[in-house]
Amino acid sequence: MDILRFITAGSVDDGKSTLIGRLLYDSKSILADHLEAIEKSTKNKENGAIDLALLTDGLRAEREQGITIDVAYRYFSTDKRKFIIADAPGHVQYTRNMITGASNVDLAIVLIDARHGVVEQTRRHSIITSLLGIQHIVVAINKIDLVNYSEDVYDNIVIEYSKLAQKLGLQHITYIPMSALNGDNIVEPSVNTPWFDGKPLLEYLETVEIDNVVNLTDSRFQVQYVLRPQTAELHDYRGYAGKITSGIYKKGDTVKVLPAGIETTIDKIEIAGKEVEEAFAPQSVTMLLSDDIDISRGDAIIKAAEAITPTNEAEVLFCWLDDKPLQKGNKYLLQHNTRSVKAVIKNLSYKIDVNTLDHIEEVEQVKLNEIVKASIKTAAPLVFDAYKDNRSNGAAILIDETSNATVAAVLFQ
Amino acid sequence: MSTYHLNYLEQLEAESIHIFREVAAQFERPALLFSGGKDSITLVQLARKAFAPGKIPFPLVHIDTGHNFPEALEYRDWLANEVGATLIVRKVEDTIKQKKLTEPKGKFASRNWLQTYTLLDTIEEFEFDACIGGARRDEEKARAKERIFSVRDEFGQWDPKLQRPELWNIYNGKIHKGENIRVFPISNWTELDVWNYIRAENIPLPSIYFSHERDVIEHEGQLIAVSPFIRIDESDVIIKKQVRYRTVGDMTCTAAVESFAATLEEVVNEIAVTRISERGETRIDDKVTEAAMEDRKKGGYF
Ligand SMILES: Nc1nc2c(ncn2[C@@H]2O[C@H](COP(=O)(O)OP(=O)(O)O)[C@@H](O)[C@H]2O)c(=O)[nH]1
Repeated sequence: MDILRFITAGSVDDGKSTLIGRLLYDSKSILADHLEAIEKSTKNKENGAIDLALLTDGLRAEREQGITIDVAYRYFSTDKRKFIIADAPGHVQYTRNMITGASNVDLAIVLIDARHGVVEQTRRHSIITSLLGIQHIVVAINKIDLVNYSEDVYDNIVIEYSKLAQKLGLQHITYIPMSALNGDNIVEPSVNTPWFDGKPLLEYLETVEIDNVVNLTDSRFQVQYVLRPQTAELHDYRGYAGKITSGIYKKGDTVKVLPAGIETTIDKIEIAGKEVEEAFAPQSVTMLLSDDIDISRGDAIIKAAEAITPTNEAEVLFCWLDDKPLQKGNKYLLQHNTRSVKAVIKNLSYKIDVNTLDHIEEVEQVKLNEIVKASIKTAAPLVFDAYKDNRSNGAAILIDETSNATVAAVLFQ
Repeated sequence: MSTYHLNYLEQLEAESIHIFREVAAQFERPALLFSGGKDSITLVQLARKAFAPGKIPFPLVHIDTGHNFPEALEYRDWLANEVGATLIVRKVEDTIKQKKLTEPKGKFASRNWLQTYTLLDTIEEFEFDACIGGARRDEEKARAKERIFSVRDEFGQWDPKLQRPELWNIYNGKIHKGENIRVFPISNWTELDVWNYIRAENIPLPSIYFSHERDVIEHEGQLIAVSPFIRIDESDVIIKKQVRYRTVGDMTCTAAVESFAATLEEVVNEIAVTRISERGETRIDDKVTEAAMEDRKKGGYF
């Protein structure tokens, strides 16, 4: 069994809460006492149905109070898979929260109200999805019951969305007509949509191949913590602990330590203190090297044959996450996995309009939720990949060292 | 499926070990908050693996309410010794005396909430900058939104409206003096994941997690152990039952489950099919108000 992590995105009232409630309910993930509480608070009790949206009412309350809406995580499982849902808010002012939720998922469900078709929010969510390199997208054409289960309406939305997807270069897209409220095409194929021959949502989620999300080609490893037990029997033990970012490492591999550029070989790989012959992403391991080299947190251990050079300057896309705008020329702390270096943003070249994907060339100021193309200069070299080639080695955050806030999400280009 | 594939427990474990190592690397004085329950026992197992073959590089801290199950305390001492970790115990009883706090009253007078005072004092005393806890996001609504690295201000307070974005697997542990970070390495685990992991790893548990005979009273459908810490009224009927515990908290606020499950295998099988949530089945205090947890967390609770 494995885990599928997905995010749900949609405009207010597209039926996101109802859909999540439906998935939890139909997969029998809601326990009796929680259900009882919901039944009690379901005000509208016609035909005995419960208000599925109440299952995610944390968000609802926030919305009513007009306070910051945040990502909530929900968990359910079936016989085939475990699921982690990042339930992220849709409004433009919560883009940063959507990015937080989207940064760790393999799949996105983009909800569309069948009556309205592709709207501004659909475009924005799809743009963010494409920027963050989410591989699989389900376009959930919801409330199909309100358009009489019309195949034409469905077809038109598919055509409309396909254009957007093409423009964004989105690849694996699955369209499902559904009614989250009535349960059409959620768990069982619906008799109301005989013209639809795809899988219902849950079956699709259970079977979609996500293995390709982990990059097993490029070997990338950053030292996270140096293990030096310094006890009598482990006196000379010096292990480099970290999570393999991508690729596969084997005992005996010739590697180079970057940015210093020193070559050595892997003497041993351990997982939880036990030796293994090989290890792969995303395992947390400890590497022991043949030579005594000065290595510290943030240094990269890369197979010697890999063509990757540490650099001080990079082209990036970044999303600003802080209420305080970017201060041009200020130095921020850039954290690339476990490596932290001082950095300064330069040459703001354009802003991306997240509703149209247009480039706005004049960048006067960078404010909350804005996505900008720029270059970045760092005080020490970094060993990174382009985000689109290797997601886990292609991202970083910026920290404002005066407030300690995480102020930007950085994607290397 | 390729051979380079982790099953879900291995994935969760790799993620949690990564978080433990981030704490050790980013902070000067971390601590692991140990309650004696299965979640913190799982944390200790993960920490052991994260730092093997070395020892866990931070102490285990137990905030002792004085209302514990004796079996849990015995286990705590055994485990600390077993893993070679320093154990720090601070007692709520002492805080009550020093600070002249008012003991809660009532039938099941719980010191659960008072733990916060002792915890905050302990953090100050040892200048802990990171406290690792076993909370899971599936437990409760307020938890569902909390970050893995969760910043607390000088007063130990959590501000749900001002959470830092937490992206990819990059954890920002930067804090100002006086602040601390609560870290939740098993945020993404569900109760069943924890049980399956305990089974897969064959982790020993305190005996009260397994079926045993106990004197209990029945209160609003829940079974509560007879102990010096609760008030037995005349109308209460003391009965002997075969029970086990699903969570281990204070004797005053943790209910038992009727069960004959005597092995780990049997316990996990029972929990896998149960239709009642962990909190709903075992916590006596949580039913009081809907927002109970959110309020407590804002105040500096675990
Ligand atoms: N007819 C119909 N109504 C729906 C469907 N899904 C959601 N709704 C209704 O649409 C409204 C908004 O749904 P909700 O789940 O709260 O939307 P959210 O804002 O996206 O979370 C509620 O009144 C739902 O009952 C559907 O498939 N069909």
